[in-house]
Amino acid sequence: MASSMIGSKVERKEDKKFLTGKGRYTADINLHNQSYAVFIRSPHARAKIKSVDASKAKKLPGVIDVLTAKELQEDKIGGLIAGWKIMSQDGTEMKCPPHPALAGDSVNYVGDHVAIVIAETLQQAKDAADAVQVDYKVLKAVVSTKDAMNSESIYESIPKNLCFDWLLGDKAKTEQAFSGADKVVKLDITNNRLVPNAMEPRAAIGDYNPSSEELTLYTTSQNPHLSRLVISAFNAVHPEHKFRVIAPDVGGGFGSKIYPYAEDVVVAWAAKRLQRPVKWVCERTESFLSDCHGRDHVTHCELAVKKDGTILGLKVDTIANLGGYASLFATVTPTYLYGPLVLGLYNIPVAYCNVKGVFTNTAPVDAYRGAGRPEATYMIERLVDKAAKEIGMDRAEFRKRNFIKQFPHQQCLVHNIDSGDYIAHLNKALDLADYKNFEKRKAESRSRGKLRGIGFSTYIEACGIAPSAAVMSLGCGVGLWESAEIRFNPTGNISVFTGTHSHGQSHDTTFAQIVSDKLGVPIENIELIHGDTDKGPFGMGTYGSRSLAVGGTAIVKACDKIVDKGKKVAAKMLEVSPNDIDFKNGEFIVPNSNKKKTIGEIAFACYVPGTYGEVKSPLPEGVEPGLKETAFYDPVNFSFPAGSHICEVEIDPDTGETKVVTYTCVDDFGNLINPMIVEGQIHGGLAQGIGQALYENAYYDETGQLVTASYMDYCMPRADNFPEFRIGYTCTPATSNPLGVKGCGEAGAIASPPAVMNAVVDAIGTEISMPATSEKVWRAVNEKSKTKSKAA
Amino acid sequence: MKTINLKVNGKIIEKTVEDNTILASFLRDQLNLTGTHIGCDTSQCGACVVHLDGKSVKSCSILAADANGSEVVTIEGLSQNGKLHVVQEAFKKHHGLQCGYCTPGMVMSAVDLLKNNKNPSDEEIRKGLEGNICRCTGYQNIVAAVKSAAGKL
Repeated sequence: MASSMIGSKVERKEDKKFLTGKGRYTADINLHNQSYAVFIRSPHARAKIKSVDASKAKKLPGVIDVLTAKELQEDKIGGLIAGWKIMSQDGTEMKCPPHPALAGDSVNYVGDHVAIVIAETLQQAKDAADAVQVDYKVLKAVVSTKDAMNSESIYESIPKNLCFDWLLGDKAKTEQAFSGADKVVKLDITNNRLVPNAMEPRAAIGDYNPSSEELTLYTTSQNPHLSRLVISAFNAVHPEHKFRVIAPDVGGGFGSKIYPYAEDVVVAWAAKRLQRPVKWVCERTESFLSDCHGRDHVTHCELAVKKDGTILGLKVDTIANLGGYASLFATVTPTYLYGPLVLGLYNIPVAYCNVKGVFTNTAPVDAYRGAGRPEATYMIERLVDKAAKEIGMDRAEFRKRNFIKQFPHQQCLVHNIDSGDYIAHLNKALDLADYKNFEKRKAESRSRGKLRGIGFSTYIEACGIAPSAAVMSLGCGVGLWESAEIRFNPTGNISVFTGTHSHGQSHDTTFAQIVSDKLGVPIENIELIHGDTDKGPFGMGTYGSRSLAVGGTAIVKACDKIVDKGKKVAAKMLEVSPNDIDFKNGEFIVPNSNKKKTIGEIAFACYVPGTYGEVKSPLPEGVEPGLKETAFYDPVNFSFPAGSHICEVEIDPDTGETKVVTYTCVDDFGNLINPMIVEGQIHGGLAQGIGQALYENAYYDETGQLVTASYMDYCMPRADNFPEFRIGYTCTPATSNPLGVKGCGEAGAIASPPAVMNAVVDAIGTEISMPATSEKVWRAVNEKSKTKSKAA
Repeated sequence: MKTINLKVNGKIIEKTVEDNTILASFLRDQLNLTGTHIGCDTSQCGACVVHLDGKSVKSCSILAADANGSEVVTIEGLSQNGKLHVVQEAFKKHHGLQCGYCTPGMVMSAVDLLKNNKNPSDEEIRKGLEGNICRCTGYQNIVAAVKSAAGKL
């Protein structure tokens, strides 16, 4: 078999089950004797809990139990944790409030979990939930990101609602650079709060086996191993070796299913306490209220430039809303995933980024597709666009002048970028977007009374998270390496285990393509197994575009070990030295001879190690039977995908409606394993990023009620919101992994918001915030024409 | 409670249902046809689309009791004799699905769309699928899949 799977458009192995309704998501699973759970959630953004009275509810038909913080304490169940310690610039450690799995004496956002009601049927659980009386003393809520530090403290122990005041870079040197600038360009921007909205709502089923004392949690997780670790080590629900977490088919995640939620902890614990399966399925409005949200930054930024367009320095001051509590990755998202990336792909000699993480009475904010990098990209790309305009330079030329051009490049903040060619992808994108004829198209639009604008976004991101040495020194509790196991079965087919999790990313196919090429076994004889802590080795899950760069590399390393062992066995069987054996296309061969063994023959031989009649043992002395290898891979560096996106919008000034008329992207993801799947990832990311720019917004009113808590109120992008995307690639392979891959899952969501917004601003000639809804655009256009006519 | 008789994926069914049971829950909980998904509670997402007497409907907005006497086809009933339906085949070929959660509803809507419009333009496909939300694909490959299946039904 030729080395042809890597780089091929292979149709997905996982499709058939999903297309025929045979996918098996958590909510599809029903266990014998299961009970049904409903969570009682706070209707208030901030309140003291005076009492919880479940006595009436417990008497209702079918009710099994109502559990609250009191029972949690009885069983010594720990609270939720923030997994990344951030130090403030004054040297103090970040301050986080306790985050109990069921609220004790206070609730801190609408949707905060107060109690769980468990009954024989779902309807009975719902009826009983209505009968539980929670007496609240309502307090004034802190809602605004911008004003959080000037508001009453939500937690006594956290003055000014300030979790951390983090500084990256050199403030004094940056000020110095600014003093030599011809122009200082300033911008105030908001990165709007989003709700991730994976189409499958979260769900959890706890199942306790009193005989084996094993606890199983089925859950909608991107990260079952980490869930098991956290729920056993920190929440102390059950010891890790008797606790199994299964994340079966998961219907999208986008970050929102990385972390174990309170509901996972409570459902697992309730099942153990009641010794009965407990099933909980989230409803969509409940999802809006209780899933972790994304983004929500308010930023002031300044760029120092010379007349010729050279960037001298950058200042970034951001307030990041963490919500009511610090979720698992909440503190790293607006710091280490954000700060280092504010430089974009530009050669900026000096910079600083100050981030103040604040608590408010809103849903916790955590990683959402891109996590920190979209916020950084939005900031720098909007600022660079403005700078080019202010000094009267073409926006593409301004970017080119400041691009990093030599690699490896040590940036002034954190990252050492191994490879790239930024001018190549920008030039290709300019061609594909037909930039040179933009003015003609603009004039044509104008002739129809429409405003046309073009916007650029040249971006970089740091993926393949994360090298342990780097991230643990920065405060992460664990390094984010990855595991793989290749298990040859005696009949010659292969079970591949990965610690990552596929919930749309197509690992079943891409990882099988890698193994197929490496070991020369047809793809249909390779099965990927993931999502069950009892099956494969411990792993770190899927997020941060890490699965291929880190998990795929672990697979490559395990394959290499298989080949090494296979060579020893083949050598013995062919009566040559292992050094005389080559491995190619699934065959161990002795060059210049007709001696060879297929990898299937070797696998079989490894499982039949003894001497049997005339047949001698195929195993050399000291070689163990069996053919199974495990590899753990800890990356040496992040990978750095980059690209150029160009958006053209057309705006109807009479209605404010903004249409994305063309969208072009040229990305450098390094080598591609399956271009069809990569394209799908780009499309999805673009839809989410364009959604952020034009449609989506999680809006809390001043009392902390989430006004946009359903698909009637939160505008999800639909099929008719988009043009056909134009896609191109350039390739500079990553040097940090043997596959040369960089990661592609988040790029679309990272690059597109500034591309769209720069186009909108270009069209209407005035600043506007995301989402650029028809109403906002109409007002901005009208305001501008009023000002103009007044001036006239 | 009401006893209902209906045909689901060609099988005659008689079941007793609560008055307030929606068709989606009936299919999932009482018939174990879990391919019909529930993605929202406001009839917006389209994950639960099935065919009721030959027309696509959101099965969350119909009571099971009201489906009495009807014929229902769910995603499980679309492929025949182990062979994928042309729309299912097209979704596979064009990578029109990722996590798979919206897929059953999307496919059922697409089949209905193509029944009513043999040769739809891209714009007609996009408008026609406006009632189905997909968070993964950005819709482009879904449009390509539907277009390629046009005329093959």
